[in-house]
Amino acid sequence: MTTRRWGIRYDARFTAPLFITVILLGAHLSFGILESYEKTLLAIASAIAIEVVLSRLLRGAWPHLASAYITGISVGILIRSPLYWPFALCSLLAITSKYVLRYRGRHLFNPSNFGICAMLFLAPYAVAHLSIQWGNNLWPMLVIWILGSLIIMRLKRFHICATYVAGFLFFAFLRTWFTGDSFLAEVAPITGPMYQLFVFFMITDPKTTVASKRGQAVVAFTVAFVEFLMRLGEIVHAPFYALFVVGPIALLIEMWIKDRRSATTIAAHA
Amino acid sequence: MGSRAARIGVAIFFAGLLAFPIVNRYVGADGRNDSGRLNAAEAIERHGLFLEEVSSEVGIAFSHQAPRLDPKLAHIMPQVASMGAAVSVVDFDRDGWQDLYVTNSRIGTHNALYRNRGDGSFEDVAADLDVADVNSEGTGVSMGSVWGDFDNDGYEDLFLCKWGRIELYRNEAGAGFARVTEKAGLPKWANVNAAIWLDYNRDGNLDLFFGGYYPEEYDLWNLPHTRIMPESFEYAQNGGRKYLYRGNGDGTFVDVTEEVGLGGRHWMMAVSAADLRGTGYPDLFIANDYSVDEVFFNENGEKFVSAGEAAQVGFAPKSGMNVAFGDVMNQGEYAIYVTNISEPGILVQGNNMWVPQPGTSGNDLKYTNMASTLKIDMGGWSYGAQFGDLNNDGLLDLFMTNGYVSADRKESYWYDFSKVAGGHKGIISDARHWPSMEGRSLSGYQSKKLWLNSGSWRFQQVAQSVGVIETYDGRAVALADLWNRGVLDIVVAHQRGPLLVYKNTAAPENHWIAFELEGRSSNRSAIGARVNVFWNGARQVQHVSGGSGFSAQNQRPLHFGLGIDARVDSVVVQWPSGRETIVDTPAVNVLHKLTEPA
Repeated sequence: MTTRRWGIRYDARFTAPLFITVILLGAHLSFGILESYEKTLLAIASAIAIEVVLSRLLRGAWPHLASAYITGISVGILIRSPLYWPFALCSLLAITSKYVLRYRGRHLFNPSNFGICAMLFLAPYAVAHLSIQWGNNLWPMLVIWILGSLIIMRLKRFHICATYVAGFLFFAFLRTWFTGDSFLAEVAPITGPMYQLFVFFMITDPKTTVASKRGQAVVAFTVAFVEFLMRLGEIVHAPFYALFVVGPIALLIEMWIKDRRSATTIAAHA
Repeated sequence: MGSRAARIGVAIFFAGLLAFPIVNRYVGADGRNDSGRLNAAEAIERHGLFLEEVSSEVGIAFSHQAPRLDPKLAHIMPQVASMGAAVSVVDFDRDGWQDLYVTNSRIGTHNALYRNRGDGSFEDVAADLDVADVNSEGTGVSMGSVWGDFDNDGYEDLFLCKWGRIELYRNEAGAGFARVTEKAGLPKWANVNAAIWLDYNRDGNLDLFFGGYYPEEYDLWNLPHTRIMPESFEYAQNGGRKYLYRGNGDGTFVDVTEEVGLGGRHWMMAVSAADLRGTGYPDLFIANDYSVDEVFFNENGEKFVSAGEAAQVGFAPKSGMNVAFGDVMNQGEYAIYVTNISEPGILVQGNNMWVPQPGTSGNDLKYTNMASTLKIDMGGWSYGAQFGDLNNDGLLDLFMTNGYVSADRKESYWYDFSKVAGGHKGIISDARHWPSMEGRSLSGYQSKKLWLNSGSWRFQQVAQSVGVIETYDGRAVALADLWNRGVLDIVVAHQRGPLLVYKNTAAPENHWIAFELEGRSSNRSAIGARVNVFWNGARQVQHVSGGSGFSAQNQRPLHFGLGIDARVDSVVVQWPSGRETIVDTPAVNVLHKLTEPA
């Protein structure tokens, strides 16, 4: 994971945290998206602190903090609330879910997606997700899409993003038949900032996606499909809930297929 | 992975985290939720007041009709034509009784001027006095009104905000109104729903400040295209312009907007003025839809300096709808209440209560948003709000109305709204792309809020307990002692709904004092004058306002609740001219009429 170039040691696991930090700073300096630095820092600090505590307690090891940092900063951006506690609680829920909701040694839910879904479901009186709060200019969005695509390509996960976006566009077109709204109205959500984070950081999370490249594409398309169904049901938080439902099921199916293949292999050798 | 005990402990911790929001909803909501309706005696005993809706009893039968704009907007008409219900309080005929001017907003409808007969009833005299038929074809429709004596003749004149041709009417000694718009030199067309009177340069002549919502180039009934929506839900800068017209005192005004440095094209919803820094000059505070709050510091009546970011109010963009000033902690300084939108799980902006940070003052004045701490943050799709001591206990309370579009009770437009509102500006700014509302509600049927001030940085929501149960789509709120009883009554204008009058019965043991000011060197309306009341070791400041809240204006006299066993030590009046009047030990339970010394 660690490479040395121009005399500098670089851990590839820092790529995603660096990217998301650049997005955050760029968006904030352009538009002032953060209600306060304190809330974002609270989300990050809560995520890192609970990661350290739980890792020491349950694994007896110091954790690599890149994952917790991404979770914290995602929470800081994606959760919107005039209050402070939802930022801390969402981060705590997200990280703790990694250690509690496990099956055969794997955590099933994308941490920040779990935290956000839990907050939207349990505390709608206090939180909303990022939906409208960034500027709607084209250039910062294009920069993020291009930069994000290049980085995700380097991480060999671009096909996940591409499949999801293609799926979203296809289903947006399909939705116009049902809703009677214009194609642009159906496409509108993906032109917003929330989707940039969702596409680059949530559905590509290595720990909660299936292993095969083809499987990853199928899962991404399935997320878009379930989101399509939820949108027809006018569920505002459709993308988060779709990933919440599809992600763990995909992992369980992958484990089941692996088991079957192992059993078949053992039987063949027996 | 860890010991069994550790894993069980972490699982319990996780369950606790999941349970926290549910528990907090009930425990943390203390003060936010009303406990249920009480009868009059119980309400007065428990909360110090009871409110009874009496509009039809007192002869007020006014129903607002919303604008019907260009047919190209028909599919989202309730959304784009969501304003216009406004009310202002004025004693237009100087008979000592507060009257009400109410706007209507469909072409062909009439506005109403309810004259207070003084016998408990009102009569609509707008048609007789020529201020009713103001929404005719080709002139636009009414959005609000503010009163100020621009010619210093002792009678309050009327500025009428419109989407269309804004109007100025001179009060002819209470016997009629003369339209003087052309002579005044005001712009021929602007889409305005926020305006105030002020004397920004303290020359003794009232000036006008107002701001456009939709850009002024649009005739909303004959649109060339549908690209009239905000370019962003929170960063829009394609709204109407600001206007500051300096009054010459003779009915003419001069556009000094650029000269004094007031720029920007936000979608202005509300504005009010107060001397926030103790300079003697009124500063401007603006609530913008789709953007940040703005504050402009007045530099000696010569320039306005944008200080929103420096004062820390211009940082988080929301959907500002209201500006009201109140010395809520009796510290001699104003907190500022700005309403926004809160819809559970979808858009939780929370209202803003900007409280001055201790130790900051002058040009370094900074504010902190204390709305959550005070539990006055969640008001639904909030609109007009006003501070007033409704139970006369010596602390300013807060009344707020809300509700955006109440239509089909079962069908919500929120999904479609959120779908487009987050989109690129090419999508959001074109009404064509907005899904049809088809009779659906959008934050409709909401309960109004009356937050009683406990004086210990706590407010308690009691609106429904004390009798406010109506859920029409509220817009403007105005406070006035309509029956000269020493209590503030509440008037609420509703979009596509009735004008409601809540008659207040306050705890009789609580005392009050009120002041009606008349300027001489200062503007005759005394707009901008500050009154400091010192009593029982407490102090409260209020000022005469040329408009506050959302499309509203409270009564001109300043009303102070004093609580029980009250004895006022002194009253200090600071006139806009810089003169001062001190009244020692004035009688309580009396309206004092004070004239500026020569």
